[in-house]
Amino acid sequence: MIKIEVLGPGCANCQRLEALAREAVASLGVDAEVEKVTDMREIMARGVMATPGLVVNGKVVAKGRVPPASEVMTLIANVLAEEASRS
Amino acid sequence: MTAVQPRHTAELAPASAQRTGNGLVLALVVAALAWVGAYLALHPVADALTYDMLRLSRDSHLGSAVNFFLYDTPKVLLLLTGIVFLMGIIRTFFSPERTRAMLGGRREGVGNVAAAGLGIVTPFCSCSAVPLFIGFVEAGVPLGVTFSFLISAPMVNEVAVVLLFGLFGWKTAALYMGLGLAIAIVAGWVIGRLRMERYVEPFVYEIAVGQLDSRESLTWSDRAARGIQAIRDIVGRVWPFVVAGIAVGAAIHGYVPQDTMAGIMGKGAWWSVPAAVVMGVPMYSNAAGVLPVIEALIDKGAALGTALAFMMSVVALSLPEMIILRRVLKWQLIATFIAVVAGGITAVGFVFNLVF
Repeated sequence: MIKIEVLGPGCANCQRLEALAREAVASLGVDAEVEKVTDMREIMARGVMATPGLVVNGKVVAKGRVPPASEVMTLIANVLAEEASRS
Repeated sequence: MTAVQPRHTAELAPASAQRTGNGLVLALVVAALAWVGAYLALHPVADALTYDMLRLSRDSHLGSAVNFFLYDTPKVLLLLTGIVFLMGIIRTFFSPERTRAMLGGRREGVGNVAAAGLGIVTPFCSCSAVPLFIGFVEAGVPLGVTFSFLISAPMVNEVAVVLLFGLFGWKTAALYMGLGLAIAIVAGWVIGRLRMERYVEPFVYEIAVGQLDSRESLTWSDRAARGIQAIRDIVGRVWPFVVAGIAVGAAIHGYVPQDTMAGIMGKGAWWSVPAAVVMGVPMYSNAAGVLPVIEALIDKGAALGTALAFMMSVVALSLPEMIILRRVLKWQLIATFIAVVAGGITAVGFVFNLVF
């Protein structure tokens, strides 16, 4: 089970990134939970100063921009590959 | 434990990286040549379309308006695409984290200048104003220096500068940029001198900021991809405003007699500058959105300083941004912020009208 978090106060960019994350999860065919984090304390605690931020299993993979759909998929897949190689 | 980092494929395979590098250079050269070719063709193509294909007379109002539109629209869009691409690449070398580290503990004065300058090149969106503000304060960036950044970032942006350059020439664009920086520096410094730290919401000082890591290893093709992404995001968003703005300009260019506005917004009316600033403060738009209005004003004899002051106050100060900032600032500080910046813009408008 993967946990994907989209960090941001709820601006248009954050919503776009959330939609992209959901699409990416669907096309990767992985079991994932996509969650929005809007609390400023939570966002800052993850070390993100520019929203929107994309966090995969606790790792910040993008911040301050909305990556294109293909990159969102690669970013998620990269974290999964890294975790798989570690275990 | 082998930490495989799939992002660094370029380092593992230098040969293929070299190849994609060459391909990238080639693509950029071709794109640059196509850009220059298109730019050079603007005048002849616009003339051919207006006077030969549409058979409009060179002396008619309609001919002049159509020619203006057919020439200016592609010109401004080309300039915009080129500059947005370059700025997209330049911004990959900066990040809010790096800017924060560079400004942290910096003294006022020098800090205000640095913050205003970094405001141009650091990627920033006004919806990130709150986390950015908290991050800056946490890193010990003085309040006034933080404000210099928050004023310069939205006001001095490439879209505004390119539009002014494309429509009114490089002098207007350079003045807008220079005066925008001056306002950001001075207004930030003034806010710093007023010692308003107690009007920052107390929770800001209590937030624990996690590890801020800004290390991103980007290849040149990554950077070019970001530049292209910037074109899609920015040009894709503002082009309807640009077209509308130039259409308005073209209509006025051909029809409405000059100097209709001169009486109300010309140099003679001293109150026009503050009136333009006051009208602009609550309005929210990007630089492209105000373009039709600015063009109409200037073309019809409104003083340049008045029109620029209006544009600055629309772009730099907006109601939605104040509402966002209210989460971290008490209203006394927000009111001071608006007053200082609006005062600065008004002063710039006056000086402008006096000099020109």
